[in-house]
Amino acid sequence: MTHLIDTRNLSKQYVMGTNRVHALRGVSIAIDEGEFVAIMGASGSGKSTFMNLLGCLDVPSSGDYLLAGEEVSHLPGDALAAIRNKRVGFVFQQFNLLPRTSARENVELPLLYSGLPAAERKQRALQRLAEVGLAERVDHTPAELSGGQQQRVAIARGLVNNPSLILADEPTGALDSRTSVEIMALLQTLSRQRMTIVIVTHERDIAAFASRIITFRDGLVISDAANVALDAQAELARLDAGHHVHGVPA
Amino acid sequence: MNLLATLRIAFNALRLNKMRSSLTMLGIIIGVGAVITMIAVGAGAQARVQEQIKSLGSNLMIILPGSTTASGVRLGAGANQNLTEDDASAIAREVPEVQAAAPSNRGTGQVIAGNNNWSTQIYGVTPDYFEVREWSLASGRMFESAELNGSAKVALIGQTVATQLFGDQDPLDQSIRIRKVPFTVIGVLDKKGQSMMGQDQDDVIMVPISTARNRLFGNTQGKLRRVGTIQVKVLEGASMKDAEDKIRELLRQRQRTQAGQDDAFTVRNLTEILQTQEDSSRVMTLLLAAVASVSLLVGGIGIMNIMLVSVTERTREIGLRMAVGARSRDILTQFLVEAVTLSLIGGFLGVLLGVGASLLIAHLAGWATRLSPESILLAFGFSAAIGIFFGFYPARKASRMLPIEALRYE
Repeated sequence: MTHLIDTRNLSKQYVMGTNRVHALRGVSIAIDEGEFVAIMGASGSGKSTFMNLLGCLDVPSSGDYLLAGEEVSHLPGDALAAIRNKRVGFVFQQFNLLPRTSARENVELPLLYSGLPAAERKQRALQRLAEVGLAERVDHTPAELSGGQQQRVAIARGLVNNPSLILADEPTGALDSRTSVEIMALLQTLSRQRMTIVIVTHERDIAAFASRIITFRDGLVISDAANVALDAQAELARLDAGHHVHGVPA
Repeated sequence: MNLLATLRIAFNALRLNKMRSSLTMLGIIIGVGAVITMIAVGAGAQARVQEQIKSLGSNLMIILPGSTTASGVRLGAGANQNLTEDDASAIAREVPEVQAAAPSNRGTGQVIAGNNNWSTQIYGVTPDYFEVREWSLASGRMFESAELNGSAKVALIGQTVATQLFGDQDPLDQSIRIRKVPFTVIGVLDKKGQSMMGQDQDDVIMVPISTARNRLFGNTQGKLRRVGTIQVKVLEGASMKDAEDKIRELLRQRQRTQAGQDDAFTVRNLTEILQTQEDSSRVMTLLLAAVASVSLLVGGIGIMNIMLVSVTERTREIGLRMAVGARSRDILTQFLVEAVTLSLIGGFLGVLLGVGASLLIAHLAGWATRLSPESILLAFGFSAAIGIFFGFYPARKASRMLPIEALRYE
């Protein structure tokens, strides 16, 4: 069976001034459809670079990247844009929603570039917003939404074009711990629906919700192991209980 | 991505920065408004000059007899009386561009009416003369054909002559004596004022050309029906040049001038003066438009400036759009459409401003401005072109960003 993601000896070098920086030094990883993978590592370990390559936001210096069996690492810019549009959903640490634009229009954005008619864009955006629990807030602008809600809008936007892969770069980095668990619960729900999810994080607590953890250091994979995923819903319940216990100051 | 969606994005982006968008547009508004107003003022001035010159007789041509040489002494134009009344009728008949050809003879004479006497110019003319000169009667009537054929002793007098001879009295049907020949005043001419040379054009008496020939100016002219000048009026819209060429050809034939021999007559007209005036006012219009265009150009630079700021400010937005699937040409189109929308709205408001200002100037200064649809279209098109031209660089800059770098931009 072909893997959804299959990288072979993927390398990336940057030239900064006169120095050559080796961000990735040959990474070979296979990820199957429906997996929930967390990529960990300190800053500068190459995890973000790897994520950018997986999302076709950047091209590797050498090596191959097969997405659903198809070599995509050396496609021209417009073809990469089409892959980002149709096959990949991005979730960012800073949400990256368009300011002063309603949640619905933010979610519609990828469909705009797929050339869908307005009525269908609207219908699909509303459906995705309902799925992430924001049916009541479709006309709110980002400024009128909480951080968690904004990230949900971003996830709805990532899902709206039915991608084969969700890439989340530090999706909880700007959120408090409870909201972080809520977002992880949402991702786990998606994972149970066979969506492939790859998140980048440097927090062990967050990685604990994934079913596979890959650790990077200095541009190389140093560990790649299955993980018994913590159930986010159970964790939420535990937090709520804990909240009651610690509700009275000690 | 379709154009409608792109337009919506552009409108939204401009709406989100209302103040900035309107100030940027102001440059284009003033530029387009100024171009339209200046062209309207210039065209108005041109039309005015044209009208003034036309009132002097821009479509008028004067044919003078040639010169003659007597015993080695060359006499001036008109010395050789070789134009005839028949030449005038031939011109009117055979040159299609000609509306009227009026032969005339001129002399001076003492005029007596009652106790008053006055020396004035006496013209022998046909009714065509008044058509050519666009000269009508203040009172009385025109010569009748019987009077023209029968050398009747009737006269039309100019305003100055009327005042000198009759004072406040009504000159109609009064008797005057020109060179001792008794005439009846049948009409008074309209006031014509000074000529370009400062001559009083109202100090004149008109009699039928046959009367002048047979009763006032002696015999030699009489037999040959020679005339001093033929004034020709060319049809409205017909080419002066063509008319002049045909008249020249006709007269050379009639006078049996050999090929290569000089004309035995002279044709003069005001076209050259008109041409010069038109050229100079056209140059003035161009100059005004050029000055106004500078402000349009400055407006364009304003657009470029704001678009560059906007591109930098929205780097993350650009990165995001690229991440969700915008191709670089989508980004290029988006920013280009934004710049063009800005300049077109500015252009539209500028047209309104220009039309308003032109009408206001016309109203306040009493100066006829002339709005031409061409200048409005031109200014509007120019503003669109400016949007594309000055919007292209910022849009291209935006479209060439690398998605990861744009996303990371702080």
